[in-house]
Amino acid sequence: MDFLGINPVLLIASLMVSATPILLAAIGETVVEKSGVLNLGVEGMMIVGAVVGFITAVNTENPAIGFVTAAIAGALLSTIFATLVLHLKSNQVATGLGLTLVGLGISALLGKPYEGIKSPTLQSLDIPILADIPIFGRMLFSHDAMVYVSILIVGLVWYTLKYTRAGLVLRAVGENHDAAHALGYKVIRIRFLAIMFGGACSGLGGAYISLVRVPQWTEGMTAGAGWIALAIVVFASWKPWRTLIGAYLFGGITVLQLNLQAAGVAIPVEYLSMSPFLITIAVLVIISARGNQGAPASLGRPFHASN
Amino acid sequence: MKDILLDINGLTKAYPGVVANNNVSFQILCGEVHALLGENGAGKSTLVKMIYGLVKPDSGSMTFQDQQFMPASPNAARGTGVAMVFQHFSLFDALSVAENIALGMDDAPKSRDLAKNIRQVSNAYGLPLEPNRIVGTLSAGERQRVEIIRCLLQNPKLLIMDEPTSVLTPQEVEVLFKTLRQLKSEGTSILYISHKLEEIRALCDTATILRHGEKVDTCIPATTTAREMAEMMVGASFANPIKANREMGDTILSLKNVSASSAEAFGTSLQGISLDLKEGEILGIGGVAGNGQDELLATLSGEMTVASDMIILDGQAIGKQGPTARRKIGLLSAPEERLGHAAAPAMSLRENTVITAAERKSLLNNGFIDWTAADQYTQDIIADFDVRTLGTHTPAGSLSGGNLQKFVVGREVLQNPKVFVVNQPTWGVDAAAAASIRQKLLDLADNGAGVIVISQDLDELLEISNRFCAINEGRLSKIVPTATLEMDQIGLMMGGATAEQEGADA
Amino acid sequence: MIHFEKRLNPSRITTVVTPIIAVILTMIAGGIMFAALGKPPLEAIRIIFWDPLFDPNFASYSRPQLLVKAGPLILIAIGLSIGFKAGIWNIGAEGQYIMGAVFGAAVALAAYPADSVLLFPAMVVSGACGGWLWAMIPAILRTKFNTNEILVSLMLVYVAESILASVAQGLLKNPEGYGFPGSRNLQQYPSAFNAEVIANSGMHWGVISAFIAVICAYVMMTRHIRGFEVRLMGEAPKAARFSGTSTTRLVVFCLGISGALAGLAGMFEVSGPSGQITIDFNSGYGFTAIIVAFLGRLHPIGILLAGLLMALTYIGGELAQLMLGLPGASIQLFQGMLLLFLLATDIFTNYRIRIGGAK
Repeated sequence: MDFLGINPVLLIASLMVSATPILLAAIGETVVEKSGVLNLGVEGMMIVGAVVGFITAVNTENPAIGFVTAAIAGALLSTIFATLVLHLKSNQVATGLGLTLVGLGISALLGKPYEGIKSPTLQSLDIPILADIPIFGRMLFSHDAMVYVSILIVGLVWYTLKYTRAGLVLRAVGENHDAAHALGYKVIRIRFLAIMFGGACSGLGGAYISLVRVPQWTEGMTAGAGWIALAIVVFASWKPWRTLIGAYLFGGITVLQLNLQAAGVAIPVEYLSMSPFLITIAVLVIISARGNQGAPASLGRPFHASN
Repeated sequence: MKDILLDINGLTKAYPGVVANNNVSFQILCGEVHALLGENGAGKSTLVKMIYGLVKPDSGSMTFQDQQFMPASPNAARGTGVAMVFQHFSLFDALSVAENIALGMDDAPKSRDLAKNIRQVSNAYGLPLEPNRIVGTLSAGERQRVEIIRCLLQNPKLLIMDEPTSVLTPQEVEVLFKTLRQLKSEGTSILYISHKLEEIRALCDTATILRHGEKVDTCIPATTTAREMAEMMVGASFANPIKANREMGDTILSLKNVSASSAEAFGTSLQGISLDLKEGEILGIGGVAGNGQDELLATLSGEMTVASDMIILDGQAIGKQGPTARRKIGLLSAPEERLGHAAAPAMSLRENTVITAAERKSLLNNGFIDWTAADQYTQDIIADFDVRTLGTHTPAGSLSGGNLQKFVVGREVLQNPKVFVVNQPTWGVDAAAAASIRQKLLDLADNGAGVIVISQDLDELLEISNRFCAINEGRLSKIVPTATLEMDQIGLMMGGATAEQEGADA
Repeated sequence: MIHFEKRLNPSRITTVVTPIIAVILTMIAGGIMFAALGKPPLEAIRIIFWDPLFDPNFASYSRPQLLVKAGPLILIAIGLSIGFKAGIWNIGAEGQYIMGAVFGAAVALAAYPADSVLLFPAMVVSGACGGWLWAMIPAILRTKFNTNEILVSLMLVYVAESILASVAQGLLKNPEGYGFPGSRNLQQYPSAFNAEVIANSGMHWGVISAFIAVICAYVMMTRHIRGFEVRLMGEAPKAARFSGTSTTRLVVFCLGISGALAGLAGMFEVSGPSGQITIDFNSGYGFTAIIVAFLGRLHPIGILLAGLLMALTYIGGELAQLMLGLPGASIQLFQGMLLLFLLATDIFTNYRIRIGGAK
C-alpha cells in the first residue's frame, strides 16, 4: 500500500496537521474580507502569534496558554491595521504590507533569546471509540485539540455568516458599506471587530506552527504561509467550508513534497519546495479565470461616511 | 384641522463653504402627502437626512406627535415611526429580497415568517415581490418595491420618499401613486420629495418649496399652476431652448443589429440594436435607468467593442475600434457618471481636458503633453460654456454638478464632433444650467452634427429631439418622430411591450 | 468630535511635512524600543542617523556605502512607484531582483573568461530581461485571467528564492570552488565587474542608473502621456478606459518597468558590491523598496531622498549592531514602523481635519 515509501494513512494524518495553520489564518481572513476589508498583514500576524505563543508556552510550560496569548497578540497587532485603515483611512494594501514587515521585525526581535529551545507541545487527543476504528481512526481521530478547534471555527463561521443576524449584517457591510451606513449600521465598528477576529485566528495559526508543527522557534518560520492563506480565501470564493478544502489540498501538497524529499526522489529539493507556491498560483489562475464569484463588492474600497 | 405629526422648527445645517439648510420650519399633518419641492442643491436631501437621523442639525428642533424628536441614528428614527425610501437605493445586490428587508428592520422575524409577511404586504399594496430573488437581478422598479415593502413592514407613521419616480415608467408611476393614496387613506403621512411639478400637483396636499437651503414658500399644489411653482423653485424665469427648423443631411451613423454582453456583474446586455442617425438630427433615447443605457454609451464610445460592421460611421466600419480611434474620426461621447467616469475628480480641469481632447486638439507632441495648449483649450471651454470655476487648475471634483456637466459637454462639443453621444446631459443639474446645455446640443445639431441624447427625463427628450425611441432590457423600441408622440405611447415604448403593463396592473 | 473631510487635491505642504513627522515619530518609538532592549536610546539614534555620515571614524567607510545601498533601493522603488500610482501592486520586486541577478550573472559566467567591452552591456540587458520576464508572469496572468497580481508576484518571490538556491548549488556553481555553493566572484572578472566609476565614492553603474531612472520617471510622470495615463488609471480607472487607455497595456507596462528596474538592480548588485551568486544573495531590498516608494510619496524626487534615508538606516543599523549589540531585527522593525507611521500621517495630506465641528 506504500507508494514511493509514502504511507497514505500517515500522509492524510500529517496533511491535517500541516494544513491547520493555513486553515486558521484563512478562515479569519475570510471573515475580514467578508466585511469588505483586505488585510495583507496575515503573514505578520501569524509570525507574531508564533513567537508570542512559543514564548508563553515555554515560560508557562503550558501550550494551551500559548495559544490563548498568541490569539491575543494577533488581535492586538491587527488593531494597528484596523486603526490605520478604518480611522486614519490609509491605503489597505500598503498598510497590510507594513503590518507584515513590522510583524516580521517584532517576531525576530522577541524570538532571538528563544532560538534552539524546544517547546512543550499539545498532546494528541485520541477520541474515544472513533480513534479505534482501523485506518480511519489513526487518520482522522487521533490529532491534537487544535486540529478539531480549527474545524470547529470553520463551522461556527459558516453558521454565523449564513444563519445569524450578525452574519447578515457583516455581509451587508462588505457588500455595500454606504447602504449599510444609510440603514444605521456601524460600518467602522463592525469592520474593526472583524479585523480583530482575523488577527486572533492568524495568531492561532502562527502558534500552531511554532508549538505543534515544528515545534521550535526559528526566525521567519511562517515562510509564506500567510500569503498562501490569502490565496486560499480567493480559491474558496469566500465560502467557509471551501477554505477547509483549499487548506487541506494545500496541506496535502506540502506533505507530499516533503515526503518525496525524504524519499530521495530524483527531483532536486529546490523544485519540490517551490512546488506549493507554483500550485497555488496555478489554482489562483483557474479560479480567477472563472471570474471571482462571491467577492464582497466593497472589498478593499475605503469607507468615508459623508455626514 | 388635522393633527400635526411632525413639526420642524428652525432647522439649520452648515457644511464648510455652504449652508445646506437655513432656519427651515414647516409642519407635516397626519395623513397628508406633503411635497418637498426644490432644485438640485436646494437642500432637500440634507433636510430629510436630519429627519431620518443620518445628519445632526447645527440648530433647530423637531417634535413628532408632540414629543421632542431628534433621532441620533436611523434606528432611532425608525423606532419613532419614520421610514425612508432612498433615491439611490440602499440595497445590497448580492443578497436576497428577504435579507435586504431584514436588514432594514430592527426586529426581523424568522426568515420563513418574514417571507410570508413580504408576500402578504406586497400583494396587499399591489407591489408583488418574490422574497428569494437576488436583488441584483431585479429591475429598478422592482428594487424600489423592495425599499417600499421594507418600510411598510414596520408600519411607519411617516414615510419619506426621495425622488421615487425618477426610475419608473409612466405606468409604474401610476401603480406607485395608487399605493401611496392607499397608505394615505390608512392615515400614514408621506413626505414626497421631487422636482417634477405635474406629479406633485396630481398627488400632494401641501408643498413646501426650498431654494438655496431656505424655505421660500408653501402652497396648495392643486390650486397652483406648474409655472408658478417652477418660478418659486428657481426664483427667476429663464429662457427655454429654441428648436430651430433645420435641414437633415445624409446618414452619418448606423448601428446594425448591435449585441454585446455587459462587463458589469449585474449589467444589462444589448440585444440587436439598430438605428440610423442623420447629420443635423437629434435622436432621443428614453427609458428607465438600468435598461442598457450605460452599455449603449460604452459601445458607442468604444469602451466596449463589437463586431466591426455593427457600427458604421460615415461609411467606415468602426465596431472594433477603441475610444481613441473613434475620437480621431469624430465620434465623441459623454457618459452619465460625471465624477470618476467622464472626469477624474482629483485632477485639475486642465488635466481633465487631456482625457478626451488629446487627439483632436493636438495636445500631444511625440507623446509629450503640450500643457500650454491644454490650458488654452480648457480656458476656451470655460469661456464658451460659462463654467464657473476659479481657473484651469481647480480639481474637477470641486465644481458643482451643473458646472462640471457644462465642462464635460463643452470639452466634447468644442471639438466639433461628427456625432456626439451623451447620457443624461442634465441629470442633477440646476434648471438654468440644464437649459444652457440643451441649447448647446441644439446648436451642435444646427451645425450639422448628429446627436444622440440618452436620458430619463422625458420632457427634455421631447423638447430637443427630432425622433424618439426607448430602451428596455437592452432592446430598442421603434423609432418615431417626436412631433407625433403621446405620453401613453411613450409609456408603452419604455415598458418594452405590453407584458410589463400587465404585470403592473395585476 | 473630530471630523475628516476629503481633500480634493492633497495639500502640498503636508505632502512634504508628513514624511518628516513620520520619521520623527519613528525615532521616538524606536527610542522607546531601544530603551526597552536596555540600550541607550539617544545614543542609538545618533549612531544610526548621525555617525555614518559625520563621525570621523566611520564616515569615510560609510558615506560610499550610503550610495551602494541607496542605488538598488531607489532603482526598484522608482519602478514600483509607477505601478502603485496606477493601482497595480507589484510586491514581488524581491523575486525580480533575484532573477535579474541570476540572468545577469549567467551571461558573465557563460562568457568566462572571455574579455570584451560588450560583455557588461550584455549583462545589463540580460539582467533587465530577467526581472522583466519574472514580472511578466503576474502581468500576463492578470491580463488574461484577471488573477490577483499581489498574490502572484509575492508567491514568485519564494519560487525565485528556490531557483536561486538551485543555481547557486548547481548550474552557476563555481567549478573551482572546492564544492562550496556559490558562483565565481565577478569582482575578479574585469569584463564583468561593475566597478566604482569614481574610486571610493560608492558610485557604481547601478547608482548612476538609479539617478537616470529618477530623472526619466519625473519627466514621464509630469509631461508624457504615458505618465498621465498611469495617474489617470490610479485616480479614476473608468475615466482612464473612457479616455482610451488600455488596462492590459498599462498593466504590462507598469509590471514590466518595475520588473526590469528590479532586475537591473539585482544585476548591478551581483556584478558589483556582492560579486557572486550565493544562496542568501538577496537581502530584502525588494521589500524595503516598497517602504522607500511610499516614504517618497510615489514621487521620483521623494524616492531619491527616501532611498538615501533608508540606506542610512541600514548602515546605521549595522553600526549600532557593532557598537551597541543592537539586534539586527530591530532595524527591520524600525523600517516597518516608519511605513506604518507614514501611512498613519497620510490622513493629514488627504483629509482636512476639523476638531469641534458639529455643535
